Amino acid sequence: MEQLSRRRFLKISAATFTAAAAVTRLPDAVRVAGAAEAEKGVRTVPTFCEMCFWRCSGIAHVRDGKLWKFEGNPNDPQSRGRLCPRGTGAVGAYYDPDRLQKPLIRTSARGKDAWKAVTWDEALAYVAERMQKIKAEHGAESIAMFNHGIGVRMLQHVLKSYGCTNFAGPSFAQCRGPRDIGFLLTMGTGLGSPEPTDIANTDCLVLIGSHLGENMHNTQVQEFAQAVARRISIIVVDPRYSVAASKAKHWLPIRPGTDLALILAWMNVIVAEGLYDRAFVERHGHGFDRFAAEIAASTPEWAAGETGIDAGLIRTTAREIARHRPASLVHPGRRVNWNGDDAQRSRAVALLNALLGNWGRKGGIYLQAGMRVASYPLPKYPASTRPLADNPNQERYPFADEPVTTGLRDATISGKPYPIKAWWVYSTNLMQALPNPAETLKAIDQLDLLVVCDTVPSDIAGYADVVLPEVTFLERHDELLVGWGRQGWTSLRQPVMPAPADQKPGWWIAKELAGKLGIAQCMPFKDMAEYLATRVEKSGLSWETLKNDGVIMGPKMPITVEEGAEFAFDTPSGKVEFWSDQLVKAGFDPVPKYKAPAPLPEGFFRLVTGRSPVHTFSRTQSNPLLAGLMSDNEVWINAATAAKLGIANGQFVTLRNQDGVASNRVRVKATQRIRPDTVYMVYGFGQTNPRNRRTFGKGASAAQLNTRYATDPLMGGTSLHGNYVAIEQEA
Amino acid sequence: MARYGMVIDTRKCVGCMDCVVACQTENSVPQGYCRDWITTEVRGEFPSLTMEIRSERCNHCDNPPCVSCCPTGASHVEPDGRFVHVTASRCIGCKACIASCPYGARFVHPDGYVDKCTFCAHRVRQGQDPACVSVCPTRCMYFGDLDDPQSKVSELLRTRRWHVLLPDAGTKPRVYYLS
Repeated sequence: MEQLSRRRFLKISAATFTAAAAVTRLPDAVRVAGAAEAEKGVRTVPTFCEMCFWRCSGIAHVRDGKLWKFEGNPNDPQSRGRLCPRGTGAVGAYYDPDRLQKPLIRTSARGKDAWKAVTWDEALAYVAERMQKIKAEHGAESIAMFNHGIGVRMLQHVLKSYGCTNFAGPSFAQCRGPRDIGFLLTMGTGLGSPEPTDIANTDCLVLIGSHLGENMHNTQVQEFAQAVARRISIIVVDPRYSVAASKAKHWLPIRPGTDLALILAWMNVIVAEGLYDRAFVERHGHGFDRFAAEIAASTPEWAAGETGIDAGLIRTTAREIARHRPASLVHPGRRVNWNGDDAQRSRAVALLNALLGNWGRKGGIYLQAGMRVASYPLPKYPASTRPLADNPNQERYPFADEPVTTGLRDATISGKPYPIKAWWVYSTNLMQALPNPAETLKAIDQLDLLVVCDTVPSDIAGYADVVLPEVTFLERHDELLVGWGRQGWTSLRQPVMPAPADQKPGWWIAKELAGKLGIAQCMPFKDMAEYLATRVEKSGLSWETLKNDGVIMGPKMPITVEEGAEFAFDTPSGKVEFWSDQLVKAGFDPVPKYKAPAPLPEGFFRLVTGRSPVHTFSRTQSNPLLAGLMSDNEVWINAATAAKLGIANGQFVTLRNQDGVASNRVRVKATQRIRPDTVYMVYGFGQTNPRNRRTFGKGASAAQLNTRYATDPLMGGTSLHGNYVAIEQEA
Repeated sequence: MARYGMVIDTRKCVGCMDCVVACQTENSVPQGYCRDWITTEVRGEFPSLTMEIRSERCNHCDNPPCVSCCPTGASHVEPDGRFVHVTASRCIGCKACIASCPYGARFVHPDGYVDKCTFCAHRVRQGQDPACVSVCPTRCMYFGDLDDPQSKVSELLRTRRWHVLLPDAGTKPRVYYLS
């Protein structure tokens, strides 16, 4: 059977939208203990996690009314019964003393720590009144939203019902967007999350900058550990000796910014030596000969000069990668916005995988299976005649298929194509998520209203006009998770604990706001439990089962050729586009072309960033359990370089970038585990909101130093590794 | 009677510290303290490097110096399973055991007694693995009876290369590291 691509499925779901309003009344699904203190014994509640965006299902244990622990749900294909440290540490998110407690309205200039606590009624009336004024003067499109996470669902729905059209998440342009567009242009589909990488069955795994084990996306790390235990060939390309590199057969400590040269050289060897899957390429490839001619000059000897990797090693690893095909996998990565040409590099990664013929193959990239869950009948959104502000008519970024955050920020600053006068910011700390916070501040200056809805006092909350305190995921219902993977599944998020103060769930805030905006009819259900139960029962699934088990699995379908699956490529040619006519038409390179990074000025180091296993950007840093494991970041400097500069391990330094922007003081980790010309830090530290006491001023912010970011001309991704820094010692 | 031990596969361990958090929540370890921790040992010079990542804790030694130096008998060996434990009510906080432990496994609990890893005896006695073992996403930890030749831990020690920490200290530790 032909696998319905995820992208096409989503299109179909959107098209079969129903406007009927049939509501089944059901009793409130979960009774939140009103008198928690009186509760005795242990009870368990399954719910899916929001400590990162992998969405594992876990089981919360409550003992004598206190949240005791959060463990993996064995029914869940994401966690397989085991959570990562952030999930396990979710208990700390609930008990974090710095959580936002009450709605706040600013009483002084933006950015000053002066607020009055107000009731929800006052806060939402204030917001609604300003939204109405902006809509009357500028149109509802002038109210934009930035968001991350499934919790935004109902707030977004209410804003859309109000006529808003501009919604953007950093998960696209600041994360996986370049990869998904690279794969979309090549294979006709993005990869989404979780990535359909069959690490469990592969015989050769190539990680390019991907640092599994430090990047703790649970299922992948579990499969990676199994792969290490199976002693498969692992090849890691990273300027840093990452945890994954320490498990690898080959570590290639590449010069930052030159990855495409290596990938082209690998493809050059595999094509020149005839090691690729000829049958796959002949049947499914478009423009292979022109592609082969294009990469003919990209020899290992050429790439060695760019990457700093020995030509012999490039050749050896190319053969090793090809030898294991089709159970050979070049991981597509996730947060791939490095240099501003990342969609093209991701296209090269897609092409390298195509040469291995691993599409839909065991040990390669499997075909995602989903399950159909009925939608709740909701009223239609009003139509807008204005283009989206971030990328009007796709003229700025022709291949972006999701809104671009920085495009929306640019539009706010310029007032073009129309003024943006309000921002709703839901659960994303824009001061850390977007490059160059100075520009974000410039955009905020143009706003008549900035609403931040979050669980903790993030940096951006410090600049808000109104702060709306949401409950954590452990205290709320959210939209159903309908997951795509080896088998489709549905997970439930349901309240485990009562809100400790005057925090409210996103759906409740949305419903109250709808009432104040005069569009209460867009939320035609009593509460989220009723909404969820309706969707579940309408799908022929059992609401009771979902509440008790947390997860319901979808039908088993073949996901590899070995299992009988068939696939098609949803590209203009219907084939894998080794040569891209649509890129030529839009004025871009039809085959990815390497451009050397600008040379490193004397006295400067390339700054690269990554993740810690215990944090998800800045959003988990105030969690007392996780802050206990890592409270600030360190700057990694090669030990020999540090010695030459007279810098000791553990000493504090300041990083100053090529534009003169200086970081907070940050502790040095002098280590052999990094190239002499490169420094590294974990992203998301150096927060600036004094109400977030555990994070305030701790470590250095990579976003702040990212003043010279490049924007991907294909899809708007913003680079994170384009900056150089000098290391300044404290006097 | 069982003689429990732990076998940790350092090849699989990624040092994510899930074991540390799981222990903290399972055992209500006070904030700022931990009963287990991660050690990363790097050898060599760039770019010729090797690295071993270890989840470390009390070794529940067969020859525990903390027990022999304890003046009150608070530090003791439990007859079932040979867990090395501290009876909080008998501990006077003299810290002799902290000084005697070569692994730095013990600390003074804010309530005044010495605390450390219990091998989650409360779970083991109910047939469960210790919390750290049961949550580990890499499944790099194994727990079982070292005296039972059929146990997974015994099998691993027979078939894989292993080492223990500070073998020369004479403590006969029961946490083994596969390399």
